[in-house]
Amino acid sequence: MLRYALRRLVGAIPTLLVLITLAFFMIRVAPGGPFDSEKSLPPEIEANLNEAYHLDEPLWQQYLRYMGNILQGDFGPSFQYREYSVNELIAQGFSVSLTIGGTALLVALLVGCTLGIIAALRQNRPTDYAVMTLAMTGISIPNFVVAPLLILAFAVGLGWFPAGGWEGDSLAKIVLPVIALALPYIAYISRLMRSSMIETLRSNYIRTARAKGMPERVVILRHALKPAFMPVLSFLGPAAAAIITGSVVIEMIFGIPGLGRYFVQGALNRDYTLVMGVVVFYGILIILFNFIVDLLYGALDPKVRYD
Amino acid sequence: MSANNLLEVHNLRVRFATQDGEVEAVNGVNFSLAPGETLGIVGESGSGKSQTVLAIMGLLAGNGQASGKVVFGGKDLLTLGSRELNAVRGANIGMIFQDPMTSLNPFLRISTQLTESLVAHRGMSKKEALARAVEVLDAVHIPDAKNRVHYYPHEFSGGMRQRVMIAMALLCKPQLIIADEPTTALDVTVQAQILALLDELKRDFGVAIILITHDLGVVAGLCEKVMVMYGGQVMECAPLDDIFAHPRHPYTRGLLRSVPRLDGAGETRLATIPGNPPDLLHLPVGCPFSPRCPDVRDLCRSDRPLLRYQDADSARACHVPVEELT
Repeated sequence: MLRYALRRLVGAIPTLLVLITLAFFMIRVAPGGPFDSEKSLPPEIEANLNEAYHLDEPLWQQYLRYMGNILQGDFGPSFQYREYSVNELIAQGFSVSLTIGGTALLVALLVGCTLGIIAALRQNRPTDYAVMTLAMTGISIPNFVVAPLLILAFAVGLGWFPAGGWEGDSLAKIVLPVIALALPYIAYISRLMRSSMIETLRSNYIRTARAKGMPERVVILRHALKPAFMPVLSFLGPAAAAIITGSVVIEMIFGIPGLGRYFVQGALNRDYTLVMGVVVFYGILIILFNFIVDLLYGALDPKVRYD
Repeated sequence: MSANNLLEVHNLRVRFATQDGEVEAVNGVNFSLAPGETLGIVGESGSGKSQTVLAIMGLLAGNGQASGKVVFGGKDLLTLGSRELNAVRGANIGMIFQDPMTSLNPFLRISTQLTESLVAHRGMSKKEALARAVEVLDAVHIPDAKNRVHYYPHEFSGGMRQRVMIAMALLCKPQLIIADEPTTALDVTVQAQILALLDELKRDFGVAIILITHDLGVVAGLCEKVMVMYGGQVMECAPLDDIFAHPRHPYTRGLLRSVPRLDGAGETRLATIPGNPPDLLHLPVGCPFSPRCPDVRDLCRSDRPLLRYQDADSARACHVPVEELT
């Protein structure tokens, strides 16, 4: 088990190297640079800036320098937010994104699984159709439509929650963004859970449990829940990485200083180090969550062995 | 049918609603079983033998509907609510399924799967239940039961898993065990072991058994009564010796002729019953076997023969007198 974990972590290193290399050269292939703007800078200032950020060096030298810094855990200074290092920006943004994303993920998991199970138990009956219609709606309507509607209804209309912002300690500020962020995941998880539960309930060992006279509650919770949850678990790895690193749309609409915003702004501003930092960080998270999901697989399914 | 019967099945019918129409899987099956008695139900695929027992246990698929009467312990199982039915299933009737590879929950330890019915039906503590589970695993000859009770199903071989299934059915000391093709998925040597085990349990525990099989050899080794089914109906029902020595239905005769013989007197070609099992969506108006029957009469094609009792134990559903059969 420990050896498996170590092997997986070591195996992640080449993946990360490829990711960093690709990202490094691709962002530099994109036209423009970090200090291009509508007002062109005097050439000597631009030269100074380029020198200060080592942009005057040949590309391979920049690459080696960047790699060296990353090995020490340093993503370098941001080109745009001059008074911050990329590490600081990521730490700041991530703590916000993690709060909202983590809560949304938890909500999505609880609500999605519950709805999915209910729909499966009421297959082809009105409850099932209602849940599945809701899920289909949740998947089809994009965030940038749902979020303003939520604000309109619950912030402007009813005045229950603030319309946006991240100031103050009140928990009310996270409610609307969490709902908006969780909705598509609720929809997806409930659909996954429903089909997987329906299939599990048809299996022979469920018939055995019923033949033993187990009440329906025990059949569902003890015998069917674990096997039915496995497909949801596989979905959870990439989903967790995506939801936790923040959604640009949600952060923009609700005015939340999260990670997603830095990613987009960094890309638009050709803030090389910031984009690289977020890409590498995102890569690490995806690898990490897939790894956690694989470990959880082993914990849940006795047939999975690590050797 | 007498009052001291353990199980009485009256006019049992099973219908499945499918997209192509209504499938008549079981059409008016009647039989009874005394305590400690062993009944073999024989028939080919689609004869309705499995659906008969699944209906008895209330385990039909969602689109299935059973009608008639299944009286067990003075109660009609078909009309019981889920709570009352669950009090009977597992406690008074144990069931063994065909495929031990998929019939045990791969996510739960054997100990969990065994003890839960003792806790539910007998109100035992977890500890008592575990002790009893080990005892029963011992009884079905699982070596090192004390440790193996904590294994997962995939850590057992096919034959061992079927022993676990049998142990599971036996746990609460039921009066009746229903075994649905318990040896079909196993290889031949293991089949013999499992049958020997069932025979032993019959003797030692005095439990009644309904054994479903398409293998006449299995029936011969274990059963006292045999019921032959075809197209969802009972063709013939008789004590074991009569079925083998004096089969009185053309279908039973066809089945017996199809059993390969090792003494190979004369014929070398294996006999078969020509034709195919009936399409349950479009059963013949008359006898379901009439399209394949060597002794068919005009009456057979237009009128469905009823199951008629010659004496208390023997019955047949055929228009043609026994003397006139080929």
